[in-house]
Amino acid sequence: MTLIQKIGLGIFIIGLLIFTASLGLDKYELSADSLSISNEYHAAEILEVAEQEGMLGQTYSSSFDFISAFKGVLKKAQTSLNTKAKENGVPEGVGEWDYKMGDWVLKDYILFTTKKSATGPVSNNPALFLFLSIGLGIIGGLIYIFPKFKLFPGIKNDRIYHRPMTKGIQFSVRSFFLLATTVGILLYGVYYMGNEYFWPALTAVVALLIIAIIWFVEDQRKRQPARSASVDFSGWLGILTGAYLIGFYVLLYWKAEYITPWMIIADPLSLSLSGNEASQWFLYGTLYTVIVLVMGVRMFTKYMHNRYQLIRTGSVMFFQTAIAFLLPEILVRLNYPYYDFKNIWPLNYTFFFDWNIQNLVNSGGLGIFMLGWGIALVVLGVPLITYFYGKRWYCSWVCGCGGLAETLGDPYRQLSDKSLNAWKIERWIIHLVLVFAVIMTMGVLYSFLPKEGAWFNQRTFLGLMIVLLLGAMSFVYLRWRKDRFNFSTLGILAGWAVTLILVGVSAYHLGTGDGKFLFMSSGVTRQWYGFLIGAGFAGVVGTGFYPLMGNRVWCRFGCPLAAYLGLVQKFKSRFRITTNGGQCISCGNCSTYCEMGIDVRWYAQRGQDIVRSSCVGCGICSAVCPRGVLRLENSAMDVNTRATELRALHITEEEVSII
Amino acid sequence: MHIAIIGNGISGITAARFIRKLSDHQVTVISAESKYFFSRTALMYIYMGHMREVDTQPYEPWFWEKNRIGLVQDYVKEVDTQGKALHFTKQEPLKYDKLIIACGSKPNKFGWPGQDLKGVGGLYSLQDLQAMEEGSEGLQRAVIVGGGLIGIEMAEMFHSRNIPVTLLVREKSYWNMVLPKEESEMVNRHIKEHHIDLRLETELKEIVDDGTGKACAVITNKGERIDCGYVGLTAGVSPNIAYLKDTGIETQKGILVNDYLETNIPDIYAIGDCAQLREPRPGRRPIEAVWYTGRMMGETLAYTICKKPVAYDPGIWFNSAKFLDIEYQVYGDIQSKAPENHAAVYWEHKDGRKSVRIVYDKNSGAVLGFNLMGVRYRHEVCEKWLAEQTPIEKVLTNLGLANFDPEFYDEYEQDILAIYNQQAGKNLILKKRRGLSRALEFLQKTGSA
Repeated sequence: MTLIQKIGLGIFIIGLLIFTASLGLDKYELSADSLSISNEYHAAEILEVAEQEGMLGQTYSSSFDFISAFKGVLKKAQTSLNTKAKENGVPEGVGEWDYKMGDWVLKDYILFTTKKSATGPVSNNPALFLFLSIGLGIIGGLIYIFPKFKLFPGIKNDRIYHRPMTKGIQFSVRSFFLLATTVGILLYGVYYMGNEYFWPALTAVVALLIIAIIWFVEDQRKRQPARSASVDFSGWLGILTGAYLIGFYVLLYWKAEYITPWMIIADPLSLSLSGNEASQWFLYGTLYTVIVLVMGVRMFTKYMHNRYQLIRTGSVMFFQTAIAFLLPEILVRLNYPYYDFKNIWPLNYTFFFDWNIQNLVNSGGLGIFMLGWGIALVVLGVPLITYFYGKRWYCSWVCGCGGLAETLGDPYRQLSDKSLNAWKIERWIIHLVLVFAVIMTMGVLYSFLPKEGAWFNQRTFLGLMIVLLLGAMSFVYLRWRKDRFNFSTLGILAGWAVTLILVGVSAYHLGTGDGKFLFMSSGVTRQWYGFLIGAGFAGVVGTGFYPLMGNRVWCRFGCPLAAYLGLVQKFKSRFRITTNGGQCISCGNCSTYCEMGIDVRWYAQRGQDIVRSSCVGCGICSAVCPRGVLRLENSAMDVNTRATELRALHITEEEVSII
Repeated sequence: MHIAIIGNGISGITAARFIRKLSDHQVTVISAESKYFFSRTALMYIYMGHMREVDTQPYEPWFWEKNRIGLVQDYVKEVDTQGKALHFTKQEPLKYDKLIIACGSKPNKFGWPGQDLKGVGGLYSLQDLQAMEEGSEGLQRAVIVGGGLIGIEMAEMFHSRNIPVTLLVREKSYWNMVLPKEESEMVNRHIKEHHIDLRLETELKEIVDDGTGKACAVITNKGERIDCGYVGLTAGVSPNIAYLKDTGIETQKGILVNDYLETNIPDIYAIGDCAQLREPRPGRRPIEAVWYTGRMMGETLAYTICKKPVAYDPGIWFNSAKFLDIEYQVYGDIQSKAPENHAAVYWEHKDGRKSVRIVYDKNSGAVLGFNLMGVRYRHEVCEKWLAEQTPIEKVLTNLGLANFDPEFYDEYEQDILAIYNQQAGKNLILKKRRGLSRALEFLQKTGSA
């Protein structure tokens, strides 16, 4: 490390410390002005209760004390409004829930009132703190990165496995983190869902079922995973980073009221972009974009010798900054709906939600276009572009999750688990998430659509779904039969089972016109999906586990869009990684640096082309290969024979029989 | 039938895997070095921190159990060819029906004074790597003796830990008995631009003992003393066959084998680095200590043992390596001192780190070989051109078929063709650009030459 780099690192650490410390610098004081509640009945009642409780005018030195006092006030105000409504009735011309305080408004009341009640250095100087935290982080990061441009173009993986940040952790410690996080999320989920135990229970049962299948049906129990994790406990910096990220995501998704100072820091930027104050999501978007940009520059230094990497990194930086971050804010400023043009269902699982569709439909021509665009991407964009170029066009060129993984996550790509065990677990989980996304979305759409009347009603929707599901599964089945695809029979059977169940349910509803799809409340289903998949999996585990299990945990194990893209890639795509004849020396650089945990060497050393549904086409295997063995290519020719047949290295069966 | 294999390198393991694929014979693989097969070519990456030891193992531990390949970690002391048994240092003797010797090589030592001191070692085995690791603690300088593939790997290893390196090369230019002049000089330049102290035409005379049995300096043939804490001996390898001395197995430099990889004793075979062919193919050496030939021998022998005898045919020569940041691939017949009938098209990139050399026969015009620095070509395409003795002009006008560089890389076929046009006074036009479909179409065509 040069002196300049040390200075850069120092500045970055100062920025990070100030950013973290800013959460505790302000004091909190509730007043009529800081009460961020537009409903007059609620506001008046809360003020009154706060007065009685002695909260008004009192200064709290920590957000914890403030929030706990304020929660008490809210509870009392809620009860007292309920009592008043019971005794005196709701005032004339006022809706019941405009008067009474429903549980669902509490979250926002707490969040925004806490934000408004802050006084102190951060809330008095948001711009200064923006500079001292995120600003110093950017400057320090860039100072650290820039000297690397002077190095020779070439592979720069020296001492990755010697560094406490990137060497990974022991298998047992990793298992502990994974188990603790999973159980923690599930337990919190029970609380989060209130009295609805069905989904948390079902999730637990499915998790146990997957383990049982892997252990007993697929007989992986006794197989010690060898290439899964580090051998010792020295990756402590990675563990700390992972813990920080996990903590960040837990606060962001479920306890945002404790990170309001960060929202305040982001206010100046948000006001200048959309004209609105920053929400926790704007803060997240800002951090996300900044990190993708700075770490993208790092990618440029690391892969100077590889133009594919340079262009691809430039692409994810562009899509994150322009399409995911700036454009939606500008749309909001112009009074159009917030819309990320590159976010595709089912990754964008809220796309088919009633409020989103209504919002788009009510927003005139542009809104209708957005609706059509989103649908076209799902039904045409994904299959067509994936056929031509593989799923990489999305996963490692466009997607935001992919963008973060390829930039912030690049230092951790070697930590992905390469064991066969991990691959088996991956296939079950990711496809089940896709199934969950389909069921959830079908339920939501079904309950949103009119029973009859309009041309697109519940009946036409069910009919369409039956055709789509049967069509897709039949196509997959015929491809499998015809080309004797390298795809397990168990997988095909599972696919048929899911398809037939969904078709059966659809047909049943089509026949009876029953009200609830799959006899469940679509509201509860989507609440659980948002909690478990949208927040828990994609955020807490997906990014929090970068330093523990590699940078594509979400993309590999959880993303339903990746599953969809992967099915297309596996069954009908020209994309494959070709192996250069007999040049492989089995060194294992390709497998080590595959972020998706594909054992690339397994195929390369047999001279076999690689077609794997999980491959995101990042091209790093080709970049790190010391012998020029791997190339990402597109061609429909011979893809089955070159990829599935075990190609003899040197002698073919025919040759032997001739002699 | 019980087949015992001494050595779990690429040759022995390939033989074991293909025997399992072709038969139900009992297979046991013996190695003192490590329980599991690992890629020897990846040793350097463990030291450099690119990979962990476990990442260099191409198969997970369960693979061996699942495929019923027995693993024994012990040292073979003695081969009893009469009683068909192996004697170990630790465990009970093992009976075999057929024996495959694939025990590899050991680093050459040429009787230098001090060559057995502490802090002196080659780079061949896991134990060598361990010694390097231990010797690196507080190391101020390393001296490496030998300008071959392993020498430059070792230099890169120390360099990755910012340990100053001096590389002693006996020849006038790096690896110039294999690389043509321009390529060899390219590597010289590249070594120096990495600030590795390259000493050409310099030989080791003596390694100096610091008084405690540890190396502290080397003295060169020019009388210069270079202080150093570690001396790497990388002047080639030779078959590791000392333990076979009194077995009756016929040896010269290596274990002598016929075309079917059989030794003079029935049911004993030798493959890989330790095997010496009695009658190598024209233009080939009797011992070729490279990964690829070891793998081919393993596969060939498995067929011979399990199905039908197959004569070992190494096919068209190919090899690859990496000199620091410069990748190297070679296909066919490239000689450092070109014979009378060889003519070449040589193109070099202006950055001085990439080049392509295509050699052809002056008289017949048939293409003879490809030598590539920093540029990747398709093995199968080059092999087909070479096998079919394709005319150089046909190769050059279709050169895009061979391009295997990653997407978006500059394509140099036009520049290469232009050099030929200039040399030959022709005006040929490039017909085929790169692309998998075009390459596969070409590969499917039979007898296209």
